[in-house]
Amino acid sequence: MKETILKIEHMNISFTQYTQGMRQIELPVIRNLDVEVKEGEMVAIVGSSGSGKSLLAHAVMGILPYNASMGGIMVYRGELLTERRIRQLRGKEIVMVPQSISFLDPLTKVSAQITKGKKDMESRKKLRDILNRYHLEQSVEDKYPFELSGGMSRRVMISTAMIENPKLVIADEPTPGLDLKMAKKAMADFREMANMGAGVLVITHDLELALEVADKIVVFYAGTTIEEANISDFDWEETLRHPYTKALWRALPQNGFQFIEGSQPYVKDMPQGCPFSPRCKQCSQECKNEIPYKEIRDGRVRCIYAS
Amino acid sequence: MKKWPAYMGKQFVRMVLLIVVVSIVTFALMKASPIDPLQANVGQAALGSMSQEQIEKLQEYWGVNTPPVKQYLEWAKDFIKGDMGVSLLYRQPVTKVIGVKLGNSLFLMIFAWVLSGILGIVLGVIAGMNRGKTVDKGIKGYCLVISSTPTFWLALLLLMIFSVWLKLLPIGLSVPIGVEASGVTFADRVRHAILPAVTLSITGVSNIALHTREKMIDIMESDYVLFARSRGETGWKLFWQHGFRNVLLPAITLQFASISEIFGGSVLVEQVFSYPGLGQAAVSAGLGSDMPLLMAITIVSALFVFGGNLIANLLYGVIDPRIRRGGAKG
Repeated sequence: MKETILKIEHMNISFTQYTQGMRQIELPVIRNLDVEVKEGEMVAIVGSSGSGKSLLAHAVMGILPYNASMGGIMVYRGELLTERRIRQLRGKEIVMVPQSISFLDPLTKVSAQITKGKKDMESRKKLRDILNRYHLEQSVEDKYPFELSGGMSRRVMISTAMIENPKLVIADEPTPGLDLKMAKKAMADFREMANMGAGVLVITHDLELALEVADKIVVFYAGTTIEEANISDFDWEETLRHPYTKALWRALPQNGFQFIEGSQPYVKDMPQGCPFSPRCKQCSQECKNEIPYKEIRDGRVRCIYAS
Repeated sequence: MKKWPAYMGKQFVRMVLLIVVVSIVTFALMKASPIDPLQANVGQAALGSMSQEQIEKLQEYWGVNTPPVKQYLEWAKDFIKGDMGVSLLYRQPVTKVIGVKLGNSLFLMIFAWVLSGILGIVLGVIAGMNRGKTVDKGIKGYCLVISSTPTFWLALLLLMIFSVWLKLLPIGLSVPIGVEASGVTFADRVRHAILPAVTLSITGVSNIALHTREKMIDIMESDYVLFARSRGETGWKLFWQHGFRNVLLPAITLQFASISEIFGGSVLVEQVFSYPGLGQAAVSAGLGSDMPLLMAITIVSALFVFGGNLIANLLYGVIDPRIRRGGAKG
């Protein structure tokens, strides 16, 4: 039995915003997120841009902005992941690979970024190994972020995670800006971390790439996780559970490249009940109610018609 | 770096233009001033008892009847040759007067500049890193109170407390009264400079602290600090690794830009403390229509401010790798 590294139940994150003077409104960006990562497992959360995926990473790392509030339960290795616990674990057992170069300090050299400023022999040796592993020349050590190419900075950011011995890796959109070869390489690196025993949670918009390396796909739509499926479920449309996932499947190039009308609803005009209902052909009156996340065939789905 | 000579050349041209403009404006303002140099310096009563001949002599001395353009051009001609003229009030070469006054003021200004700079940055960083906490509120409150306090009022307050009530420090001037110049010790000078310097520092702190605080808040909310925190870096280590260098750049700009404020503040403070420095000389030159002296003081101050900004720009190139290395490439 594999140990469950991270389990998130009913996570919701909302922002407090001021509109017109002192009127406050709550913007629920993530409304209902469930995900589970086991050791040695690579789980990809797939969702389109602007669906609030990155906040998940920030929530697990305890770096949400001050005007955000979070509800739900996070459990790390059987223990409730409280703010205090996060602070003890982050940067050691739990690491994040950030999204863009803006997460690197513009005035700190690469070597110090990776080692967090440590200069002892052990850190230096680790640094060498890591740079070698990601095919970064030794001269990169002395470079500043503005001197790195997109691919290089990506590898530097992955290196910052790999210098620790993480049990849980959260990668936030690790592939944009990389060509296909490098993107596959980056994904393969995360796969390797999983193979070495870590739980890896990749947040991405690239379903195709995720299907190549991940074990499980969690589909995220308009702030809600609507389906959790094994990779093999994506071999046929019929084995998928949610209408949106099926639409995603049909949109893949090898499956016909078909798209469906409409777009993801904006946070402020979210429909009641199922967020996908306005675009769904099966939609009925009952879809306006709270939709349970039910287990079907070794996966989970948030659709009352799924079977 | 082959760009250096071009850069310095450009800066030099700018400096010359600045001096030309500043001198013209100063001169024009002086000519537009309603102060009659004779009445101001000789006095109405004395003038009444003088013969027409004597008055004409005085008028010539103060340059009352010379056409302004001619007067300016003559001054400029001498200035280019390096001759700043003779002070009409002190009857000494302007260079000598400025030398003495600047010597007195410089200690004051450097002390205030360094103290307010260091204190301002430290307070700003502390406040910015602890945004919203009591420390932050305290520092912010202090800065707001101080920056809305007039400098001369603060100077008077300090004077009352430390000189009048506590009798700890002298009430004014830069040296003790009734002591021969040779008998004045360095300690005496320091004791006389403390109050004016402290006044200047206190008022200088708030501006720098408030700006640094803003900058520090931006940094603390930046993606890279977010990421550093997600890697377990906190507190002092976080500041040293990521905050310090990033806040230093804007702080340097501020610090060197504050030279002008220190200069301006010293005029008021020296006046209150009867401290015979450049600021006081500027006031008496202005009120006494001492054209050569005022022109020279204005230009010296302008050069100081210009030099400060230039140094800040150059330091940027040294400290910021994006400019240093980026510039070297192009």
